[in-house]
Amino acid sequence: MSETTIPDTGTDFYQRSVAGTDEGEQQLRPRSELSAKELLREVGSVLRMSEADAAKLGDLPDDPDEDQTMIINMGPQHPSTHGVLRLMLELQGETVLRCKPIIGYLHTGMEKTGEQLTFAQGGTNVTRMDYLSPIANELAFAMATEKLLGIDDDIPERAVWIRMLMAEMSRMASHLLFMATNGMDLGAVSMMIYGWREREEVLRFFQEVTGLRMNHNYIRPGGVAADLPAGWRDGVLSILDMLPERLDEYDTLMTGQPIWRERLQGVGVITPQEALALGATGPILRSTGVEWDLRRDQPYMHYDEMDFDVIVGSYGDAFDRYAIRLAEIRESMKIVRQILDRMPSGDFRIQDKKVTPPPRARIDESMEALIHHFKIFTEGFKVPEGEVYIGLEGPRGEIGCYIVSDGSATPYRMHMREPSFVNIQCLPHMMRGGLVADAVAIISSVDPVLGGVDR
Amino acid sequence: MSGLQEVRHVARTEYLTTVKTLADEGYAMCVDLTAVDYLERRERQLPDGAEAAERFEVVVNLLDLRNRRRLRLRVQVPEDDATLPTLFDVHPGTEAMEREVFDMFGIEFSDHPDLTRILMPEDWVGHPLRKDYEVGRIPVQFKGANA
Repeated sequence: MSETTIPDTGTDFYQRSVAGTDEGEQQLRPRSELSAKELLREVGSVLRMSEADAAKLGDLPDDPDEDQTMIINMGPQHPSTHGVLRLMLELQGETVLRCKPIIGYLHTGMEKTGEQLTFAQGGTNVTRMDYLSPIANELAFAMATEKLLGIDDDIPERAVWIRMLMAEMSRMASHLLFMATNGMDLGAVSMMIYGWREREEVLRFFQEVTGLRMNHNYIRPGGVAADLPAGWRDGVLSILDMLPERLDEYDTLMTGQPIWRERLQGVGVITPQEALALGATGPILRSTGVEWDLRRDQPYMHYDEMDFDVIVGSYGDAFDRYAIRLAEIRESMKIVRQILDRMPSGDFRIQDKKVTPPPRARIDESMEALIHHFKIFTEGFKVPEGEVYIGLEGPRGEIGCYIVSDGSATPYRMHMREPSFVNIQCLPHMMRGGLVADAVAIISSVDPVLGGVDR
Repeated sequence: MSGLQEVRHVARTEYLTTVKTLADEGYAMCVDLTAVDYLERRERQLPDGAEAAERFEVVVNLLDLRNRRRLRLRVQVPEDDATLPTLFDVHPGTEAMEREVFDMFGIEFSDHPDLTRILMPEDWVGHPLRKDYEVGRIPVQFKGANA
């Protein structure tokens, strides 16, 4: 190597590389540069306290000298940040005083992309947002589109039940992955293997039904993409038979284990007031004891006919969030069994020529069918003017889809309310006063998916 | 699904007080806050009693857990003065959502404690979800194709 190609490693190089990762004002700033209001935001504003009350919270030194604290950076490339989440932590010794999540590293402008794709294509886009609960994203998008089309009451029964089946299986897969990552983050590495193994069984079923392990684009406006394949019932039953035993294993491995409890109990506590103020939904909200599950409280599809329990915690700590998700897998299994009993026969998509392409066999015999098929897949179908919001209970909380249509075949505006994006705001409040080692447990217990956070 | 789609148009001047009143009435959670750029549809029809249609519209989804109801607020925000008071003091959870709207649409929320870009890099120019912000395109070799 000649001397000229050796990279300059002097001060200039250092400054340039720092400038390359600098997020400027988005970063956590030293205490001395903060106004009282900004400090209050990170400390007590959620509790609606005055500055003095917030300082009196007690568990922390109220105004540490700046030379006693340091700001360290965690991520965006860090194995326990579940993707590209970057946290800046202000520490005093091992105690976390402040924390600020910095996001956007996975932002790919999916909401803008959604404005370019037709309603028929939109599912491929939204399914990639929160990539661990693709079915929930597709479902929200499809239901919002159907509402705009005014066909939301005409979806065939079988399609609705298939959607419920897939949604619950997806919840199980997502929570099983949480079990794996939560175990891994806390050092129970064998749990990681177990969690992935069980999730893979569910994904194998998805592959049989949709053709893909993830990013299915299976739920489409008007119904589902294909009917359940032959032998689907056995596939579901084998998962339902396998899981209870495995979940009991998790209990042995983790729930009752003293180290596990020590690491999670009392860690990352959030109160119901804080959770509501921060807009947290899903297991985080339920861990504080607030009974709120859209499947029960604002039922959609046939959840009002299902018999299941809404699992709530009482301490709002990381252990509650773990236990809730474990119990929710069992509740989902209960729902899936009921779905198996009630799965009707019939159409899997609406027989509305406007939104449903003609079946494959018709294309071979009819020119009109071929043209019609081509039109739907190139131009899409027109959706009447209007705006609509649909909120569903996803594995991580409320997943919402807000669509504005201007009467054309593409959405004028498509916004997804991603639970991870909102839930991540809880991190500073959960971490305050905790230890650095607990920070990892807390991130894990919030279960953010950065594909959903950044979209 | 009835009851899920209740919409109310609010004037910009009454926005903050309306949200405060609604919070006292039970709408304890702000589920979602987003915006729409109606650049190409400025002459759209709004129901009687609503303010005149403007370029931007901020959409707020409120949730009342006790009575299990939702309410969607729509606020018109003019292009030449794209500001709105922050909801941070009522619903602290709107902090990140308002930053997102600022980042994507350039609507400023006055008194927001930390109004910086959230998804785009700090030095980004422009607001990507505005309708006059071009979508990046990769040239293709077929003439006339606009993929």
